[in-house]
Amino acid sequence: MLIKTASDIRSSEITSKSDYLNRRQLFAAAGGLLLARPGVAAKIENVKKSPLSTTEGVNSVNDATTYNNFYELGTSKADPSRNASRLKVQDWKVKVEGLCNKPATFDLDQLMKMGAMEERIYRMRCVEAWSIVVPWIGYSLSTLLKAVEPNAKAKYVAFETFYDPANMLSSAAGGIEFPYREGLRLDEAMHPLALLTFGMYGETLPNQNGAPVRLIAPWKYGFKGIKSINKIRLVEKEPQSTWKMANASEYGFYSNVNPQVDHPRWTQATERRLGEFSRRKTLMFNGYGDQVASLYTGLDLRKNY
Amino acid sequence: MWWRKALVWALCLTPLAMLLNGYRTNDLTANPIEYLTHETGDWGLRILLLSLAITPLRRLGFPTLIQYRRLLGLFAFFYICLHFAIWAYLDRMLDLNEMWADVMKRRFITAGMVGLVLMVPLAITSTKGWIRRLGKRWQQLHRLVYVSALAGVVHYYWLVKSDIRLPAAYAAVLLVLMGARAWHQYRST
Repeated sequence: MLIKTASDIRSSEITSKSDYLNRRQLFAAAGGLLLARPGVAAKIENVKKSPLSTTEGVNSVNDATTYNNFYELGTSKADPSRNASRLKVQDWKVKVEGLCNKPATFDLDQLMKMGAMEERIYRMRCVEAWSIVVPWIGYSLSTLLKAVEPNAKAKYVAFETFYDPANMLSSAAGGIEFPYREGLRLDEAMHPLALLTFGMYGETLPNQNGAPVRLIAPWKYGFKGIKSINKIRLVEKEPQSTWKMANASEYGFYSNVNPQVDHPRWTQATERRLGEFSRRKTLMFNGYGDQVASLYTGLDLRKNY
Repeated sequence: MWWRKALVWALCLTPLAMLLNGYRTNDLTANPIEYLTHETGDWGLRILLLSLAITPLRRLGFPTLIQYRRLLGLFAFFYICLHFAIWAYLDRMLDLNEMWADVMKRRFITAGMVGLVLMVPLAITSTKGWIRRLGKRWQQLHRLVYVSALAGVVHYYWLVKSDIRLPAAYAAVLLVLMGARAWHQYRST
C-alpha cells in the first residue's frame, strides 16, 4: 500500500517533540535578542492553557507550516513556506477604525500586551475538505474590540490583509482580489472562540501562517481566518469578503463548517485530517456547535452558507 | 535503435520513480493523497500532450518520432489510470455510490471521467493486430484522443479555485497542436 495507515504512524512522528524542544532551548539561549527581530520565530512568554482547547492530537509543526493557503505568497500549498520572506512584517501596525468611540492604530507590541495570551488548541477545517489541529496562541478578539468601544450602529467587523504588490502575487495571477478581505458579524466577532492569534506551537506565527497577527474562527472554514491583518473596521453593513467576491455561489459570507451544505467541488460531509489515511466525518460547526449554534438561531444555514 | 526507446521508457517512468522515492523518504507533503492525485494527473496530461505533439513534429521534419507515439500514449493512459485509482481507492475508499454521485454532480469529475473512458478503447486497440484489423477505421477511432485531451484540460480548468494559469497553459499547448493539424489539413486540400 502506498500510504501509511493511521496506526502505522507513531505519535512521536506526528508531534516531533524533540525538534520542538530543541528549538525552544535555542530561543531560550538567545534570550531577548530574537524577540527584537521581526520575522523570526520567537517564544511567546506567559501563555496560559485554555479550557477551550480540544484534547485531540496536535498536528506536527511541519504539517502546519508547509501546507498553507496564502495566495499572496503563491497559490500552491508549498508556495507560502517557500516565499515566506516576501511578507515584510517590520514595524507592523493594525489600524482599528469605523463605528467605534476609540479608533486607534496599534503597533504589534501594544496589541500583544492588550490581552492575556492563551494557548488554544483548535480544529481547523478547510473548505477544501482537509483539516488540522493546531495549538494557536492569542486572546479573544473581543478584548481588542471592547477596547475600541464599538458604537450602537456597528453590526459587522471587516478585516483586511496587508498587501504589498511589489513582493506579492498580483490579483490577476491569483485570480482573487487583493488585499484579501474578510468579515464577521459583530456578535460572531465578540464570541470568545474567535481568537486574535499571534503565535502557534509556543512561538510567534511564521509568515506563511499569517504573521504577525491573524484571525482564527474555528467553527468556520479556514479561509475566514484572515492572515496578516493590518486593518479592522467596524461597519454597519455586511462587508465584502474576497472569496465571496470571486465566486459567491461557492463561498458565502458565513461559511460556517456545515456537513449538510455541499460544495460544488468537494463533499463537505467528510474531511481528511492531515496525517490520517481514512476520511472522517465532518462535524456541524466543526464540533463547536455547543458554543456557537445559538448565534444562528432562526437563520437558514442552507441559504446563508 | 533500442536504446532510444529505452530512454523514452526511462523518462516516462521518472515521475513514478520520484513519487515512489517521495513515499520512501516520507516527502509527499502534509497531504500525500492529494499530492499523488495532482502529480499523476499532471503527468498524465503532460505526456498526453507530448504524444499529440508527435504528428506535427513529424511533419516539421522529424519523421522518426512516430515510433514513440504509441509508447507516449500508453504512458499517458498509465498515469491517468493511476490518477483514477488513487482517487477511487485512496480518496473515495472505493465507495461506488459516492464515486458515481461525484461523477454526476461535480462537473470537473464528469469531464475527467469522460477523458479517461474515451482513452480505454484507444489503449486496447493500440496493438499491431488491432491496427491491422481496423484498417482505415483505426485512425478515425484514434481521433477520439483529441476529445480526451480537451476533456483533460477542461477537467483541470474546472478543478482550480481561482489561479487558472496552469490549465490555461495546457489549453494553449493543445490549441497550438490542434491548430497545426488544422493548418496541415487546410494546406493539403
